[in-house]
Amino acid sequence: MNVYDLPDQEGYFGPYGGTFVSETLMAAIEELKTQYERYRQDPEFLTELAHELHHYVGRPSPIYHAKRLSEHLGGAQIYLKREDLNHTGAHKVNNTIGQAMLARRMGKPRVIAETGAGQHGVATATVAARYGMECVVYMGAEDVRRQAQNVYRMKLLGARVVPVESGSKTLKDALNEAMRDWVTHIDDTFYIIGTVAGPHPYPTMVRDFNAVVGRECLTQMPDLVGRQPDVILACVGGGSNAMGIFYPYILQESVRLIGVEAGGDGLSSGRHAASLSAGVPGVLHGNRTYLLQDAHGQIIETHSISAGLDYPGVGPEHAWLKDSGRASYVAITDGEALQAFHTLCRLEGILPALESSHAVAQAMKMAPVLGKDQIILVNLSGRGDKDMATVAERSGLHL
Amino acid sequence: MSRIASTFAHLSGLNRKALIPFFTVGDPLLELAVPTMRALVSGGADILELGIPFSDPMADGPTIQRASERALQNGVTLTDVLAVVSEFRLTDDQTPVVLMGYANPIERLGLDAFAAQARDAGVDGVLVVDYPPLEARHLKAALSLVGIDTIFLLSPTTTEQRMREIAQLATGYLYYVSLRGVTGAGHLEVEAVAAQVARIRSCARVPVGVGFGIRDGATARRLSEVADAVVVGSRLVEEIEASIPTEVPHRAETLMRQFRLAMDGAQ
Ligand SMILES: Cc1ncc(COP(=O)(O)O)c(C=O)c1O
Repeated sequence: MNVYDLPDQEGYFGPYGGTFVSETLMAAIEELKTQYERYRQDPEFLTELAHELHHYVGRPSPIYHAKRLSEHLGGAQIYLKREDLNHTGAHKVNNTIGQAMLARRMGKPRVIAETGAGQHGVATATVAARYGMECVVYMGAEDVRRQAQNVYRMKLLGARVVPVESGSKTLKDALNEAMRDWVTHIDDTFYIIGTVAGPHPYPTMVRDFNAVVGRECLTQMPDLVGRQPDVILACVGGGSNAMGIFYPYILQESVRLIGVEAGGDGLSSGRHAASLSAGVPGVLHGNRTYLLQDAHGQIIETHSISAGLDYPGVGPEHAWLKDSGRASYVAITDGEALQAFHTLCRLEGILPALESSHAVAQAMKMAPVLGKDQIILVNLSGRGDKDMATVAERSGLHL
Repeated sequence: MSRIASTFAHLSGLNRKALIPFFTVGDPLLELAVPTMRALVSGGADILELGIPFSDPMADGPTIQRASERALQNGVTLTDVLAVVSEFRLTDDQTPVVLMGYANPIERLGLDAFAAQARDAGVDGVLVVDYPPLEARHLKAALSLVGIDTIFLLSPTTTEQRMREIAQLATGYLYYVSLRGVTGAGHLEVEAVAAQVARIRSCARVPVGVGFGIRDGATARRLSEVADAVVVGSRLVEEIEASIPTEVPHRAETLMRQFRLAMDGAQ
């Protein structure tokens, strides 16, 4: 592969992607497409974005050699891209800053978002406060209950959190409800989608804003170890942190790209959120991609210990990377992720998000069977403070 | 001539406008779908729109979302919806039936298989909410091979140029979404809608229907002065929701008759 220039004009990555929305949203989508095309090349926009990422988010995030973890496993060297050190504690803010800057240029004073665990909601509420915008966050009623602390955090930041009572009352339903809000308030509202899903141009736009992660790695790894890694691992919910680190490496074919999905209770249990590992292509939330669905095309409920991975779809570009063989995808169970969570805490003093713990768990699986000269780079997409209640509960404690 | 075209031709001869009710198949019970369809026709419906239940009805408001959830709880599938149309056709081969739903259940069945089964069942038109014209290409090709119309939406935010393009592609009828929002949403500005419908009709080769937010006879009557068809969805679904199951066909028929009388009074 010498060039990689997907998506095409219509927002397709091979057979995946596209713009599957009601006519009532097409004008808003067209406007967004035009404006994004304009600003993604605009030097003034890019300069401001770089400034914000440096001074507000704290980029570049460091890459850290997890020596004790690597020694403990006795094989490949594990390096962590520390997105957990970003302001708000995850990679999500890379994207929300970009989209909020675009919203301001488009004259939209109101932003809306969907959220599962609340990380994207927090990242959106944060930039809305930073830029003085009205902010409404849709969150499944079930998640509002499970993630009380992030709900309060969003409220402190001035956002209104709307519990969504329809369907399974989780992330996918929050996304549906945000779309309904958008179609009703097209004139003054910008919808900040939190992952590389949704109708074109969202999968591209969210990838581009997160690609700063992979671009930094491209220069940091040679500085640190004199070469690029052999393997890059990232967890995949909708797939934004994974696309962010994969994208700049797509043409570096010697680097293996592996996405780690939420295996829940195990793929054979049916209780998981591994759309690429166990799904079938279909159409949801504006794009064609792998979906967890029943034989009649109804979307099925998913399960993961990490709310941020608990989504029945996945970004269309991952669907393409899977089919084309450029990336591969594996699943890690709740139990394996928890074990990785505890191991990283104890050996490195780093408390990873449960989402990111899935990628760490895959590194722990792979490292022992690789040589000591091999390098695994893990995107540590977020910090785990938000997950302490969940982890405590699993250990039979109540905080 | 297709059933849809001949229905509009017939109505135009009578100087009447089409009344199109919508409800979701399987709400509240699958067995009630055919009796309800017949009752709607008795009450004065000219074309029937049947909702295919979907787990993620992104363009629908709470009323039709709940209808979809009830139908899914009853285990209703696209195959069931097609069987309902077949059964309805045993006693009615005049009234056009249009299926309305989302892409995924149809893609899961397969576009060609769906088209063939829809033809065998006696379906006349298909409206896939999340297939804008560009994404509808393959389905439209499959449907036109078997003589089924693809129905497209136009909205208040559709640009002039896009409106002309969609009007060129349209088969059956065009469906103008009369407000900015989801089905069943708030207030509809009748005069603005009327003006827009007039613009669409000036460039459309097929009849133009109006729907979303039509809740009473007076609105239906005013809009039937400018449009070729009026769609009543959430209002009917509310009636179904408020009714005990055995009463559903009767109450649907009564509601239809009220709209029919209001509309025909306008002629
Ligand atoms: C820390 C963290 N990592 C990963 C994810 C999953 O999202 P994505 O796959 O888009 O990176 C989330 C989502 O909430 C998250 O909070």
